[in-house]
Amino acid sequence: MIDVRGASAVALADGVRAGKWRARDVVDQYLDRIARLDPALGCYLLVDTAGAQRQADAVDAAQKAGRDPGPLAGVPLGIKDIFCTRGVETTCASKILRGFVPPYESTATARLGAAGAVALGKLNMDEFAMGSSTENSSAGPTRNPWSPAHVPGGSSGGSAAAVAASLCAGAIGTDTGGSIRQPAALCGVVGMKPTYGRVSRYGVIAFASSLDHPGPFGRTVEDAAALLEVMAGLDPLDATSIPQPVGAYRQAARAGGEGLGGVRLGVPTEYFQAGMDPEVEASVRAAIDELARAGAKIVPVSLPHTKYAIATYYLICTAEASSNLARYDGVRYGHRTAQARSLDELYAKTRGEGFGAEPKRRIMLGAYVLRAGYYEAYYGKALRARRKIADDFSAAFAACDAIVTPTSPVPAFKFGERSADPLQMYLADVYTVAPDLAGIPALSQICGLTQAGLPIGLQTIGPALGEEICFRVAGAFEARTDWHTRLPPEAAR
Amino acid sequence: MSVSNYEVVIGLEVHVQLATKSKIFSWSSAAFGAEPNTHTDPVCLGLPGTLPVLNRAAVDSAVRLGLAAGCTIRTRCRFARKHFFYADLPKGFQISQFDEPICDGGAIKFRLHGEPRTVALTRIHLEEDTGKNIHAAAGVSFVDYNRAGVPLCEIVSEPDIRSAEEAAEYVRAVRSLVRYLGIGDGNMEEGSLRCDANVSLRVAGAAAYGTKAEIKNMNSFKNVRDAIEHEVKRQASLLDRGERVAQETRLWDPARGVTQSMRSKESAHDYRYFPEPDLPPLVVTEAELAAFRESLPELPEDRFARYTGPVGLSPQDAGVLVADHEIAAYFDAVVSAGAPPKRAANWVINEVLARAADPRQLGGADLPVPPPALAELVKLVEDGTLSGKLAKDVFTRMWTERRTAAEIVKAEGLAQVSDSAALEEICQRIVAAHPEEAARVAGNPKLIGFFVGAVMKETGGKGNPKAINEILRRLLGATTP
Repeated sequence: MIDVRGASAVALADGVRAGKWRARDVVDQYLDRIARLDPALGCYLLVDTAGAQRQADAVDAAQKAGRDPGPLAGVPLGIKDIFCTRGVETTCASKILRGFVPPYESTATARLGAAGAVALGKLNMDEFAMGSSTENSSAGPTRNPWSPAHVPGGSSGGSAAAVAASLCAGAIGTDTGGSIRQPAALCGVVGMKPTYGRVSRYGVIAFASSLDHPGPFGRTVEDAAALLEVMAGLDPLDATSIPQPVGAYRQAARAGGEGLGGVRLGVPTEYFQAGMDPEVEASVRAAIDELARAGAKIVPVSLPHTKYAIATYYLICTAEASSNLARYDGVRYGHRTAQARSLDELYAKTRGEGFGAEPKRRIMLGAYVLRAGYYEAYYGKALRARRKIADDFSAAFAACDAIVTPTSPVPAFKFGERSADPLQMYLADVYTVAPDLAGIPALSQICGLTQAGLPIGLQTIGPALGEEICFRVAGAFEARTDWHTRLPPEAAR
Repeated sequence: MSVSNYEVVIGLEVHVQLATKSKIFSWSSAAFGAEPNTHTDPVCLGLPGTLPVLNRAAVDSAVRLGLAAGCTIRTRCRFARKHFFYADLPKGFQISQFDEPICDGGAIKFRLHGEPRTVALTRIHLEEDTGKNIHAAAGVSFVDYNRAGVPLCEIVSEPDIRSAEEAAEYVRAVRSLVRYLGIGDGNMEEGSLRCDANVSLRVAGAAAYGTKAEIKNMNSFKNVRDAIEHEVKRQASLLDRGERVAQETRLWDPARGVTQSMRSKESAHDYRYFPEPDLPPLVVTEAELAAFRESLPELPEDRFARYTGPVGLSPQDAGVLVADHEIAAYFDAVVSAGAPPKRAANWVINEVLARAADPRQLGGADLPVPPPALAELVKLVEDGTLSGKLAKDVFTRMWTERRTAAEIVKAEGLAQVSDSAALEEICQRIVAAHPEEAARVAGNPKLIGFFVGAVMKETGGKGNPKAINEILRRLLGATTP
């Protein structure tokens, strides 16, 4: 039997498909690890033991009967609690959705399940995906497996930490301003945010509709590629999903091993400026040198509107959030206040009790942004800035095939270090928001450890529908380094 | 001063439910009348994570309505979110259109007391309907979401309407158009056609508009007329007393016959409109527009022109026939089956419509008297087989017994006696029996009616009156009038 500590998802699936081990045994090992280790880490909001074992048995039965159990046969996955799962409580880590059991399945999780993957349970996150540290979860924070005093990043902190600690073989999350890549960087795993519309948002609880990107987490680049290949594709239930055929992501990840001859990598001057942690800068520069040694040509590029990215992002995401969160009113599902004498009081008390501080802050900001007479001054202007930021990338991609940057200006920070100051927290997204605004793919992978033993993330950004070049560059770096083989102390237990 | 010192200014917002199979953004049925909350799905209930997907059938209906009203159709437009909190609104916003409606401009044409009227439109836009609150016992309310997500066209007029009566006629014309196009059933009582009115007064001749009140809850043509009439009087008496009209929304109470304040402008919503990010821009191609233009049916006012022109009907008759496209289609079918148009119009208006409970019944397949059957009856009158009076009786039996005119005439021996030899014999007998009256006919030609009546009685009502008249005039030496 395989030791699942540090195991890759595709290796586990290959073994199940070949009959070398049973999906049920793999799943039981993960369930056992969750039972032993998760109380200290807090990755899972809900563990669906019976459901996971049932799915695993079905995979084994298919394999035994000679039917194709799917490309992800028996791969135990953790599901960010933003994805609706039929019959399994889905809360977005919010008190306002406590007890909500969706009667439908998100397209992404449905496709993963159909490919043989097994959902272990629901992972912790910042409430409604609003945050960069998982400190905003109504269920309490998730701890970073590399150091329990540090945050795992956010909002998909549970997903990144669970993969890092081998509490699942892969995970899925969502990225609105960096919520896949920043926790992937802080936990030392691979996180991929694909092109907007590449993965359906149906059944993914909306935070900021025009910015929400579902995507995978993997221990390796190929693992993330394998998950994305299954999740991606046109969905008739999402009018913004895109029809282009899904690329050969796994093949692209493996092709990286053959070097990066002919690939031009852009390095944006605006991303290496004041405020960056020196250890992060040193590691990322060393990674870029490694990519050059792999055959890539390094070219300087400019993304001049980067300085507007954070302001633009917070105007758009708060406006859309204030709208998307209007439906939580206590009338149909989720939390409802115990006592209300009128409809208005029902709304006020239900929402006052059900939402945490950060959703409340963003609802108020968003309502302000959208109020009558100020649309042009705020939202309208933000949309124009967003276009400029996207144009920057288009111009840069005329001179390069992919762009490499740090993922986060700092490694994992300590609990409470930034949560007192929302603006400080918002700056954690400084390198990740621009690809969300432009809707283009970007991937984070580990490229080093600080002296304190905290991971450092390297971000590769591709043009629209350029997932393959992101996987190829990341695959090349992974093939030439061994950072991804380092396990956090928690995972080694 | 009185009402006559003011000019009445009315603009209407008419909501038309589109009769699509499924809802505008999801798959559950858009049909009316089901058990509460059985026509629902995760999308129209606004459950977390669900997304709208546009039903193109609703777009097609809106485009056809726009083309019929002469609007400019946008080849690219957007949906927008309109935010407010209400229990019947599942998402906390309604998906509507704001700065980019699908149709701009256009006009609704109709006749008021025979005079043609044109009311300009501001716009027509697409949106989703809300659910419905059902207030049960004191303090207990339920919500039925069957209606949530049913497609609506909102038709916004310019403030071109000048009386309550004209407002009601305008709404009738909108309903007629909707039914001609087959895009909805326009039933005000069931709420598939709803109307809000913006009403203001200004001193006759003034350039600026007065302050307007918005009137809601008018669910019949009569309500529209009565509510606006009441509101005009209310505003006139306020202005007469030198008071101001408050800008507010008022609800019509049909039981008490008054409008009542619902909310003032100060508490008006800020809808915080912004473009719906879950839906890409809506594109309608020139080729689609051309195809829709081609397939438009003959519209009410075009039909009216045809009936009063080439067909030769009176404006009154034409007006009745074009009011519903089923009536007009029935009439056209009777004419094309060979009945002369004026006679056909009389029969349709006086007999058919008097018996059809709902004019739309005339479009059904199971009609007691289908158009060719009526045409046959009209022809029997034309060729003298049936008198007009008998024909009405025959029609009644056709309607109730579902038999053809020929069958009834044959079975009952109802054909007119036009045989001149038989009539000649009866006429001679009657004249001979009344020598006194016969002698007075020369001096009093009206007396001939006495003889016609007597002969008719003798034939059991089946004698051809025209033939009897001719024979009697010859026998009595009376001049033909």
